[in-house]
Amino acid sequence: MFPSATVKNLIPMVVLTFGVLASCSVAAVEPAPDKKVDADSTSSQQVTQINKMIAEVWDAYQLSPAKPATDSEWCRRVYLDVLGRIPTADEAREFAADTSNTKKQKLIETLLYDDDYTEEFARNWTTVWTNLLIGRTGGNDNRSMINREGMQKFLRDSFARNKPYDQFAHQLISATGTTAPGDKDFNGATNFLIDKVNREEASLATSETTKIFLGLQVQCTQCHNHPFNDWKQQKYWEMNAFFRQVRAVGQGMQSGMGNVATLTDRDFAGENGNSFDEAEVYYELRNGLVAVAYPVFVDGTEISRSGYVKETNRRKELADLVVKSPYFSKSIVNRMWAHFLGYGFTSPADDLGPHNVPTHPALLDYLGQEFQSNEHNLRQLISWIVLSKPYGLSSRQNKSNSADDPLLGEPPKFSHFYLRQMQAEQLYESLLATTEGVQRTGSYEQQERIKNGWLQQFNRAFGTDEGGEATSFNGTIPQVLMMFNGDMVKSATSTAEGGLIDTIVRSPMSDSQKVETLFWKGLGRKPKSAELSLAKTLVNSNGGNFAEGLRDMWWVILNTNEFIFIH
Amino acid sequence: MNHKTPRGMNRRHFMSHLAGASALTGTALALGETLRANATEMKKNQKAAILLWMGGGPSSIDLWDLKPGANTGGPFRPISTNGDVQICEHLPMMAKNMDKMSIVRSMSTREADHTRGRYYMHTGYVPNPNVKHPSYGAVVAHQLGTRRPDLELPAFISVGGGSEGPGFLGMAYSPFSVNSSGRVRNLNLGITPDRIASRMQALKLMENDFIDQRRGIAANEHAKVLGKTLSLMTSSQMEAFRVEKEPTNVKERYGNTGFGRGCLMARRLVEAGVPFVEVNLGGWDNHANIFQTLENNKLPELDRGMSALLEDLAQRGMLDTTAVVWMGEFGRTPNINGNTGRDHWARSWSVLAGGAGMKPGVAIGQTNENGTKVEGQSYSSEDLMATVCKSLDIDLETTFTSTSGRPMKIANSGKLIEGLI
Repeated sequence: MFPSATVKNLIPMVVLTFGVLASCSVAAVEPAPDKKVDADSTSSQQVTQINKMIAEVWDAYQLSPAKPATDSEWCRRVYLDVLGRIPTADEAREFAADTSNTKKQKLIETLLYDDDYTEEFARNWTTVWTNLLIGRTGGNDNRSMINREGMQKFLRDSFARNKPYDQFAHQLISATGTTAPGDKDFNGATNFLIDKVNREEASLATSETTKIFLGLQVQCTQCHNHPFNDWKQQKYWEMNAFFRQVRAVGQGMQSGMGNVATLTDRDFAGENGNSFDEAEVYYELRNGLVAVAYPVFVDGTEISRSGYVKETNRRKELADLVVKSPYFSKSIVNRMWAHFLGYGFTSPADDLGPHNVPTHPALLDYLGQEFQSNEHNLRQLISWIVLSKPYGLSSRQNKSNSADDPLLGEPPKFSHFYLRQMQAEQLYESLLATTEGVQRTGSYEQQERIKNGWLQQFNRAFGTDEGGEATSFNGTIPQVLMMFNGDMVKSATSTAEGGLIDTIVRSPMSDSQKVETLFWKGLGRKPKSAELSLAKTLVNSNGGNFAEGLRDMWWVILNTNEFIFIH
Repeated sequence: MNHKTPRGMNRRHFMSHLAGASALTGTALALGETLRANATEMKKNQKAAILLWMGGGPSSIDLWDLKPGANTGGPFRPISTNGDVQICEHLPMMAKNMDKMSIVRSMSTREADHTRGRYYMHTGYVPNPNVKHPSYGAVVAHQLGTRRPDLELPAFISVGGGSEGPGFLGMAYSPFSVNSSGRVRNLNLGITPDRIASRMQALKLMENDFIDQRRGIAANEHAKVLGKTLSLMTSSQMEAFRVEKEPTNVKERYGNTGFGRGCLMARRLVEAGVPFVEVNLGGWDNHANIFQTLENNKLPELDRGMSALLEDLAQRGMLDTTAVVWMGEFGRTPNINGNTGRDHWARSWSVLAGGAGMKPGVAIGQTNENGTKVEGQSYSSEDLMATVCKSLDIDLETTFTSTSGRPMKIANSGKLIEGLI
C-alpha cells in the first residue's frame, strides 16, 4: 500500500497541471449551494423503500440476489456513472483503505457536493444531456443551426449549480434568445429546439419534447392512430399546436462565435393565415379528410386558442404543464435508473405510454413522487439510486438469477448488476484519468473540442427528419481496432518521457509495486498473483526491459473486457 | 501501407507467432492448405448478396412505378427499358440494365417512421423491446459466412452506413462499417509480430478469467470480437477494400461518388468471398423540393453506380450467384405536399431484386392508378427476405433460437414472392 500523498509527491508536475486547471475552471461556474446528503435521515427512507420494493419482485420470482459487489467494483462503477470516468489509482486506493461503514455514503457525498468534483460532475452530465438533447452529431454539420458549445454552456452551468430539474426543463422548453456564447442575447438553452422547429411544422420539437420530458412517444401518431398506442392522431397535433409560434432564424457563422441563430416566438395566424384569435392547425386523416387542432396538453388541459404571443405564449404554457405532469417526474426517474442500472423500468426507458407496462410500477410511482416533493433535486435522486441495494450488487450471477438478464429478452428484475460497455465519452475521460491530467491542456472549451473531434470517428448521422444517428463505438471491430492501435491508446501506452509508463518506471517503487499501480489505475484493484506473473512474463519476453514489459501489460489491461465494461 | 502483415512477414509466418493465442484467433488458424488450394474454385460458386440501402425512404413512385397523368404523378416521364418494364426517364443507364433486375411494385408495409422502418425492412420483424432481431447481413453471415473458413474478412460489411445489428446472433455477426474510401482506421499496431503474440496471449488469460466469473454473455462476445479483429489486421484480403487500385475507366464507370465507390467495393468484397455487403446511399427523405433533388442529385448518382455494378457483376459471371436488392425503409406519399415534397408512405411502394437466380426484367404486382394502394396480392419485408434467402440457398426452415430460448424462423416465416423465384 502507498499512501496517496507519496504517489502524488512523485509526480508534482502532473498534479500541479491538473490542480491549476481544475481550480480555474471551477471558478468559472457557481458552486453548488445545496444541502448535503444526509445518510441517516432523508435519503435512507427512500433507499429503504427502493430495497424493499425491488426485493418483493425477487421474492415473487424466487430469485436470490447476487452478492454485494466488492468495494473496488462498486467504487469504479460510481465514478463511471457519476463522474463519467474510472477512479484514479489514488481515489480507488483511498476508498479501499477506508474501513468505516459509512464509506459509501461518504464517497457519494464527496462526488456530488465537494467543490473539487463539481467540474467533473458537471462535465459528465453535460455530456449525457448534450447527447440526449441534440445528439452526438448535433451542431457538427455546418448546415445545422445548433451551437454545440452554447448547448454545453447552459448544461454545464445547470449541473454545476444543481438547478432543480423542473426549472431546467422549463428553461429548455420555453427558451428564447441566441444560440452562441458571446452574443448579447445568448441563451444556451435555445440550442435544444433551434433545429427542431422549422421543418415539417415542428414535428421534431413535438416528438422530442414529449419523449424527453414526459417519456411519451407520439411520433408514430403524426400520420395515423397507432395500433399499439392509446395515442390518437388528434393528440399529436394538439401537442404540436404548442410549437406553432416558435421560429428559428439563422444568422450563419460569425467570427469568434461560430454558428449563431435566434429562437423567437411570434404571433401565429393559424394555418388559414388569418385567425389570430383562434389560431388553428390542420392535419390530414388517413381517409383524406382534414381535421383541426388547437393546443391541448396530453392530460386534456386546454389553453387559450389565441395565437398572439402577448396573450398566450404557447411554449411557456406548455412548459408549465409539462413540469407539473406526473409523467415528468416518472420519466426522469426512469431515465436516471436506466443510467445507473443499465435498464429502466420500461424498455425503452423513454417510453412510458400506457401500452408499455413498467416492471416495477409502484416503485416508479413512488420515486416520481419523492423526486417531485424533494424539489426535483437530481443529486438527491442520484444518491438514492447509488446507495440502493440493487445498484450495489455484484455482476456475478448465481444459479438462481442467471436467467434474469435483459439480453435474454427477460424484463429486468435487478437481481444482479448487468454488465454494460463504457460509452465512448467515458472511455475518453477514463484514459485521461489514468494519466492524471497529463494530456489535459487548454481551456474547458478547447478540451471539449478536442474530445468532440476524437468522438466523431465513431458517429454517423442518418440525415433523416427524425435526427437519427448511430455510433460504431458499440463493441464491434472498429472499436477494438481503436483500442488495439488507435492514437489515444498508442500515446497512453508509449514510454515517452513524462508519460504514464515513464513516470511509474522512474518512481522509487519496487517492481511489483509498479505493476500494482498499473492495475489500480486501469481496473481499480490489486493484481492477483497470476497477474503479477503475467507481468513478469511480459517483461521477460521484452528481453528483461522493464519499461517495455510494463507497456505491454498496460496495453493488455486497457484491452480487457474487465476494463471496457462497467461491471 | 496499412494493409500489410506487420513488418514484411507473410501471413503464415505471422500466424505461427500467434499459436499461443489460438482461442482468440479461431478460424484463422484452422486454415488448412487444401482449403486454400480449393478456395478459388469454391468462390466461383458461392452465393452472396448486395443490399443497396436507400436511407430516408426513396420515392419509388418517381423511380420505378410512375403514374404519368395522375394527380400524384409528379413531373417525371416513364421510359422503356431492355426489360419488360418502364422506369423513370432520369435513370437512363439503369434502363439498359433492367434485364437484370425485377421490380416488386406491390410492397405494402406498416412502418412509416424511419427508425422502425429501418429495423423492420432489415430484419423482417417489427421492433420489440425484449428481442433484438438479426438483420439481413447478420443472417447471411451466420448462414453462409461460417461455411467459409478461408474468409478472413468480416462476413457482413456495410459501406457508408451502419446497417442494423446482429441482434441475438451476437456481436460476431455485427456489420463491419467502412466508409466508401475503403480506408480502415487503426489497422497497424506498429510492433513486431512476436510482441503482438505475447500481448494477445496475456490478453487471452485475463479475458478468460473475467468470463469465468459468470458475468453474462457480453463478456464472451468481447473475446470473440478480439479474435475477429486480429484476423482482420493480418489479412491480405484487406486488399479488397482498396477501390483506388481499380483501373481509371472502371472507377469512372461507377462514378466518383460515395455510392459509386461503395458499389465498386461491394463487387471487390464479394469477389474476396464476403457473403453480404450493404452499400448505403442516403438523402431520400425528401419532404421538400423532391423533384429537383431527385433529378439533379440522387438519381444520377444512383443510376451510374447501380448500373455499373449490375453490368460488372454480369460481365464477370457473378450475377448468377449474387443477389442484388434495392430498397429503403418505405416509399413516399403519392400525394405531393405544399413544399413540393413527399412524406413517409409504407402502404404501397416498390423495391428491386435480381441476380442469384431470381427472375429478371419483370414487374411483380401493381398499384392503383394514382399509386395509393396495391392492387391484388401485396408483399411484406418478410416475404422479400424469404425470397432473397431462398435465392442464396438458405433453407427457409432454418430456425434460430433467440437468447430468450424462443424459436424464430428465418425471415419471420415470410412467403416467397411469386414470379420472382
